[in-house]
Amino acid sequence: MATTMITTLDRSSRAAARGLSDISIRNLFIIPTILFLIVFNIFPLIYSLGYSFTDFRASTNAPANFVGLQNYRDLLNDPYVWSNFAITAKYVIISVAGQLFVGFGVAMLLNRDIPMKGLLTTLLLLPMMLSMAVVGLFWKLLYDPSFGIINYALGLGTFEWLADPKMALYAVALTDIWMWSPFVMLLSLAGLSAVPKHLYEAAAIDRAGPFYTFFRITLPLVAPILMIAVIFRTMEAFKTFDLAYILTSQPTAELISIRLYKMAFQEWQTGRSCAMAYIVLIMVLAITNIYVKYLNKVKER
Amino acid sequence: MRKIVTSVLAGVGLALACGTSVHAQEKSLTIFWAEWDPANYLQELGNEYEKETGVKITVETTPWSDFQTKAFTEFNAHGDAYDLVVGDSQWLGAGSTGGHYVDLTDFFNKHKLNDVMAPATVKYYAEYPGNSGKYWAIPLEGDAVGWSYRKDWFEDPKEKEAFKAKYGYDLDVPKDFKALRDIAEFFYRPDQKKYGIAIYTDNSYDAMAMGFENALFSYGGELGDYATYKVDGHINSEKAVAALDAYRELYKFTPPGWAKSFFVEDNQAITENLAAMSMNYFAFFPSLINEASNPNAKNTGFFANPPGPNGDQFAALGGQGISIVSYSQKQDEAMKFLEWFIKDETQKKWAALGGYTCSAAVLKSPEFQSATPYNKAFYETMFKVKDFWAVPEYAELLQQLNQRIYPYVIGGPGTAKETLDALAADWNATFKKYGRVQ
Repeated sequence: MATTMITTLDRSSRAAARGLSDISIRNLFIIPTILFLIVFNIFPLIYSLGYSFTDFRASTNAPANFVGLQNYRDLLNDPYVWSNFAITAKYVIISVAGQLFVGFGVAMLLNRDIPMKGLLTTLLLLPMMLSMAVVGLFWKLLYDPSFGIINYALGLGTFEWLADPKMALYAVALTDIWMWSPFVMLLSLAGLSAVPKHLYEAAAIDRAGPFYTFFRITLPLVAPILMIAVIFRTMEAFKTFDLAYILTSQPTAELISIRLYKMAFQEWQTGRSCAMAYIVLIMVLAITNIYVKYLNKVKER
Repeated sequence: MRKIVTSVLAGVGLALACGTSVHAQEKSLTIFWAEWDPANYLQELGNEYEKETGVKITVETTPWSDFQTKAFTEFNAHGDAYDLVVGDSQWLGAGSTGGHYVDLTDFFNKHKLNDVMAPATVKYYAEYPGNSGKYWAIPLEGDAVGWSYRKDWFEDPKEKEAFKAKYGYDLDVPKDFKALRDIAEFFYRPDQKKYGIAIYTDNSYDAMAMGFENALFSYGGELGDYATYKVDGHINSEKAVAALDAYRELYKFTPPGWAKSFFVEDNQAITENLAAMSMNYFAFFPSLINEASNPNAKNTGFFANPPGPNGDQFAALGGQGISIVSYSQKQDEAMKFLEWFIKDETQKKWAALGGYTCSAAVLKSPEFQSATPYNKAFYETMFKVKDFWAVPEYAELLQQLNQRIYPYVIGGPGTAKETLDALAADWNATFKKYGRVQ
């Protein structure tokens, strides 16, 4: 604690010596940031909430009429919207579970003494550094039934990954797993390297088996960081748009974000799409809250 | 004192700079269009205009997938980034009733464009509402859906013999939809990586509608009554049901993975030796006769959308009219450009550059019809075209069509009748929502 205070004082005094007092820092950096957030985040959020109660269409010059909860009522009674939510939920579960399984599995393998571990880790991180659009187009070629390398490598002939309504969602999820498992791997590696070695040594002295060691030592200690990975990836998977939009046009892979985009920017149903965005926002907040509560419980153990 | 003098000089300088800038702006026009070859031809035509008048024309483009979104975002913001827009025919309702387009009725009547332009182009690219005599655009790029085919496959003596033996008539350019289907089936050979036909299947904007319409209209079906907005009994009529089944049948003979295909993929079907026949807008055919972009250019032929079982022959309309954006600061200058554009000699230049003129006289001329291997088919088609709804809520209607028809065409459950009944119900509800029907 004493060290922290001294460091803080040192920083303050150094700032003061350069002529930057606390007030200057507040005026130069904090207030503009808060203003920026209000103008570009908070204000549009409130403004769109207002629109969600109107029949406003941005493509016309007609004024917005207040329709109360009509948009919310219509959306929640629309079977297509519920189908989009069901598709999204299925996608989130497959995608996040896959990333967790692959990412954590690879991290376990990398958490050993293996040659060229650093290079291998860096190479494995490459997919998540690519742009979503590039990944989408790249995998579209890989999945191509006529000249895609996946069918050729697996000997699947002209198997249709993206054109088959039953397969399209899995194909998109597989691509997402490929892209984002490295993220889970990275977090898992950090968690695994933080597990005290003496616990494993004690387990070895007690002749504990690998399963016992994994379930009683490794998993409980890495669980909080895995939960953080799950929260991030769930939120991102819920919002997935570009990957699914580029890869397929199957209605069975029409995620809620794609439906929202079409409603807002192709059909110009501005009021209704604002309402839809709020429904999605509330759902993401609710899911995240559940996760965070669970995360706190895991931490307390 | 020095400060005051400096301030005054700076102010004068700024005023002069602004004045010069405004003056320079008056001598330029920006036209917004999608990114494709005709936009490049329009830029070349614009360069001619600049040589003649000194007014710089810039054709700004964006990919087709962004075109509608970007244009309407600018309209909604009442922005003046574009002085003219070459908007899709479906936009007429939204563009006119939304106040985004300048009313060109007086201009249209003054230059008697009703007589000058091909009738279908006036009806679908310029007038809204239908038969109202109100015009919002000048027909610019005529376009419709036609077909390309592999002449070498069709003319191979062995193939001809085998086809005759199987179907009992000669293998040739399809005379009707039945022949189209037979030929597609005949060339469907997955083991040889050869397939019968390439059709539009993408469901993200209007591809599915444009593709299906070719079967619908030629089978004698209709989307609905354009005057009363009655759809029940039209879009789900017996003829429409037969047309949907015919389109679904064609999908069976497409290359594998053909469930998100539009103009790019359909041209690739010919250039990559995938399909015997391919549906596409005529505006995308120039690259098929260019050996640099199509190794099969010499062996590529073209034909108009064939008639249906009752002899009806129509095609889905593509193409666009050019409109003046109502938020433009240079509407007078834009009007002068349109006056120049509609002149006979300009229309001839436009056609010579590769643009599809809508001028009836130029279309009829032997020079135009013999200029390319597909111009004759284009000319024939442009007098037999029909279009999608142009009402302001067209995008919702398109979305409903995609949601209903797409799953059925690519092999989904149910029957064509159930699919079209459901679509009729969707459209009816939408028209009710917007007060067009009771």
